[in-house]
Amino acid sequence: MTEHVKQRRVPARVTYLGWMSSDRPARAVYVALILLVALGWVLFEVDGGRFLGLENIVGIQQRSAALGIVAVGQTVAILAGSLDLSVAYLISLSSLVAAEIMAGGDAGVLPAVAAVLAVSAAVGLVNGLVITGLKVHPFIATLGVALIIRGALDWRYDGPAGSVPASFQHLGYDRIGPLPVSALLWAAVAVAAWFLLSRTRLGHRIYAVGGDAEVARLSGVRTGRVVIIAHVLCSVCAGIAGLLLASRLGAGAPTVGTDGGYDLESIAAVVLGGTALAGGRGGVAGTVGGVLLLAVLDSVFNQLEINSFAKDVVRGVVLVAALAIYARGRRTK
Amino acid sequence: MRFSSRRILVSAALAGLMAAMAACTTDSPAPSTAASPQASAAESSGSGTGAQSKFFVQTDYDAQMAMRSAQPAGPEGKPWEQTIDANLVETAKYKKDGPYHLCFSNAAVNNPWRQVGLKTMQAEVGLHKEISKFTMLDAEGKDDKQISDIAELQGKGCDALIVSPNTTATLTPAVAGACPKLPVIVFDRGVQTDCPVTFIKPIGGYAFGAEAAEFLVTKVPAGGKILALRILPGVDVLETRWSAAKIAFDKSDLDVVGVEFTDGDAAKTKSIVGDYIQRYGKIDGVWMDAGATAVAAVEAFEDAGVPVPPINGEDQEDFLQKWSDAKLTAVAPTYPTYQWRTPIIAALKVLKGEQVPKMWNLPQPTVTQENLATYLKPGMPPLHYALCGCEDLPGYPEKWGGKP
Amino acid sequence: MRRTLPIFIVLAVLLVAIAAVNPYFLEPPAFLAFVKRAAPLVILAAGQYFVIVSGEFDLSVGSLVTAEVVIAARLIDGSAEATWPVLGLMLVLGLLAGLVNGVVTTLLRVPSFITTLGMLLILSGAVFLWTGGAPRGALSAQFRELGRGSLGPVPWSVLILVVAGAVAIWVMRSDFGHTLVAAGDNDRAAALSGVRVARVRTVAFMISGLAAAVAAILLGGFAGVSAQVGVGLEFQAITAVVLGGVALGGGRGSVVAAMAGAFTLEALFTLLNLYGISGALEPAVQGVIIIAAVALGAVSLPRRRAAAS
Repeated sequence: MTEHVKQRRVPARVTYLGWMSSDRPARAVYVALILLVALGWVLFEVDGGRFLGLENIVGIQQRSAALGIVAVGQTVAILAGSLDLSVAYLISLSSLVAAEIMAGGDAGVLPAVAAVLAVSAAVGLVNGLVITGLKVHPFIATLGVALIIRGALDWRYDGPAGSVPASFQHLGYDRIGPLPVSALLWAAVAVAAWFLLSRTRLGHRIYAVGGDAEVARLSGVRTGRVVIIAHVLCSVCAGIAGLLLASRLGAGAPTVGTDGGYDLESIAAVVLGGTALAGGRGGVAGTVGGVLLLAVLDSVFNQLEINSFAKDVVRGVVLVAALAIYARGRRTK
Repeated sequence: MRFSSRRILVSAALAGLMAAMAACTTDSPAPSTAASPQASAAESSGSGTGAQSKFFVQTDYDAQMAMRSAQPAGPEGKPWEQTIDANLVETAKYKKDGPYHLCFSNAAVNNPWRQVGLKTMQAEVGLHKEISKFTMLDAEGKDDKQISDIAELQGKGCDALIVSPNTTATLTPAVAGACPKLPVIVFDRGVQTDCPVTFIKPIGGYAFGAEAAEFLVTKVPAGGKILALRILPGVDVLETRWSAAKIAFDKSDLDVVGVEFTDGDAAKTKSIVGDYIQRYGKIDGVWMDAGATAVAAVEAFEDAGVPVPPINGEDQEDFLQKWSDAKLTAVAPTYPTYQWRTPIIAALKVLKGEQVPKMWNLPQPTVTQENLATYLKPGMPPLHYALCGCEDLPGYPEKWGGKP
Repeated sequence: MRRTLPIFIVLAVLLVAIAAVNPYFLEPPAFLAFVKRAAPLVILAAGQYFVIVSGEFDLSVGSLVTAEVVIAARLIDGSAEATWPVLGLMLVLGLLAGLVNGVVTTLLRVPSFITTLGMLLILSGAVFLWTGGAPRGALSAQFRELGRGSLGPVPWSVLILVVAGAVAIWVMRSDFGHTLVAAGDNDRAAALSGVRVARVRTVAFMISGLAAAVAAILLGGFAGVSAQVGVGLEFQAITAVVLGGVALGGGRGSVVAAMAGAFTLEALFTLLNLYGISGALEPAVQGVIIIAAVALGAVSLPRRRAAAS
């Protein structure tokens, strides 16, 4: 037992020192993704569908864009050693803020986008301040903030509200060849986050704080500030996802975030992509793979018309099995 | 995971804070009630029913009230093929030869009503040899997934698309996008466009709510205390039920002492009803916007050792069984699950070029003391809906979870 | 007991506030009704406490409660004879679910947040896969008695709660309790001092599963079969434990305070209802109070010594 405990601790330090080489599980998730695509292709052929048909390819991207954007943000929070359970309600709130300010007019688009970014950044700031300033565990802090946003939503809205002009709906429905605009937005967010995490000093600090906050502090990192920034980034991503969903739905909806289960599902996608829940290890590339894996899985489920209960069982097994494999890989390294 | 603070508590500070919070609430019961629109209006309107729902539409209400007494047209004993006030439309342009591939974008299968309905629909599909393939995608209650599903189904070579929208407003663009490509049939909830070939629904929520409220008005003596139990605020199909009940109660001499939300949770329902019995000593009638927790409400009276007052439920077997066993004074308006058969029938009619009603209003029967015996089916699961119209379908009752 | 004082002060303040509006509340029948209503959450919180103090999470208890009730209804199917064997089976299933959570978390080294999230998905999916979507069958009158009936004036659920609480306190005072806290405080140090960390954590998960089974018996008994009986209970249980001053991450807090936290949460719900704070603002108030309570370090305890005594 003692041996195990030791081994479990060691990689965390290794990661902190050599984080560049730490995105290893991302490879595993892409291998799994390729295998799943192959499986999907075979199943579709047998079943008389076209897996690589335009509708299906576009469908996979459309289905994953919103979750993908949230999950990129969640990756940043988790890498910093935190997590965010408030994203689902924030997405609902953002979709409503956007749709109400736009109110169907083109003139409202820019102010609405600005308002959503401001609101979501403020929520992230609150999350970060509660965690660092008041020293509340992130689980409770973001759960509490989620409840507060939920109260505001329940109090203010009782159904879809606002409306989005046709010009803004291009974001949700248009595509360039086989690439939907929403997927390009997701790609842009992911690339930005990747650049931030792997090419900037802030990125290094996020890894450092998530890897070992004490060591980071001793080496001069202002850990509190890093966690706050990570939360602001995470919330802004949720806000962007809210904008995308408002564009898809043509209105804001107070339940769009929770119905989508974006809180737990984004965390699942992040860890599926090989990012350690404890923080400091992993990256955006893995998360993108994790989200795509879930989306392709959904597409296969759709083709086979598997009912939602069986889907839950498979998702649960995949999640736990993937994490068990990662843990094993880390131990034998 | 980060650890939370190690600050040692100053217990006095916390107690003080909590006391202050409690004091705060203690001081302001009036403002806090006034802040909530329902409660404030409750005081002004006198009957205790609050302000009228913003979802209320007078013309829809009037239309549904008229339909309640209208005679449906169509084959006797097959209410799922009947229709009220049909305004038939031509469908010749959709006519094509079989076999057909029907597709269905389902909002969710997340409650017993939808589960019974889906099994009924699948059995209906099995009746028709000309349907070569039936593809269903389950949106799992997610608007965004249903939008993608509808788009994806358009690439699967469907001959007709059936949609049961998750939300009215937000699914409208997706349905509008599908209409030009293939015939679209919408049922249960509607969409805000008239592009679907037909929209199938029972009479509707106003009729449901009015039926139950009018029953209480006739059974409960004047001045009686009514408790209204609702699932959630803000759901269109439920808001209409309550707004019609409100109209009936406002016209009556009954006193609505409470309108509470149960979240559809049996334990919460039972607690709420128990609290009201305790607070008022006697509750003379219970109105419910859905029957899922009706049995829990009945049990709250039983456990308190008081007689069960007139109450309404829905056509779920557990309530009908309780009604029969405990000899309740009850009524059960319905939102029949047999409406899940109709979209398949409608799709085939459209593909064969036969006329269909633009708005297909299905009859919406009520379970009363007189016809209770016909709908009570021991051996079916407790959450089965009696008006499934599935008794003549192959596989009944096992497929619906019942015992032969 | 001195350390658990603060949460009791908070609880007392809330109870007084309730009594101020509803004087009837402190009379035995009404108060027993309150305890009866709180019993399932208190038991779940006690179970969750064991997991949290050992340094882990259990997100699966809500769906475990639902699964247990649905399984019981289908197996009992209204028959009196089947009641007792099925009750036994429910307890075994609870232990089994806990065992799986524990083994996957400790031996396969999957973070418990993910293990139990996976368990949540698997349980809720599998049980409805088995019953074809909606609950089937019915619970027998004998089964319902435990959550509905009473022995003289005292509801059975209150008696069960008292027994469960006493057992929980006894367990925490035993050697096992000390090693559990030590494992949660610093698993490495505990392992070095000879604690079998994996084993005690697994037992903690099993206790949580058992607590969920008992809560399922009470909830199913109270209100009957429902597909959503357990919805949201995992977050409520964790919130209650945290409100009782138990630190997420493990090593600190007492089981009595965790149970008092559950009573406090239930009293808070009752109070919000009584003061007519509409359903809309309820979550917001709840959110603020939870953050405030934890932020004040309110009910957190001095760090216990790591080494087991």
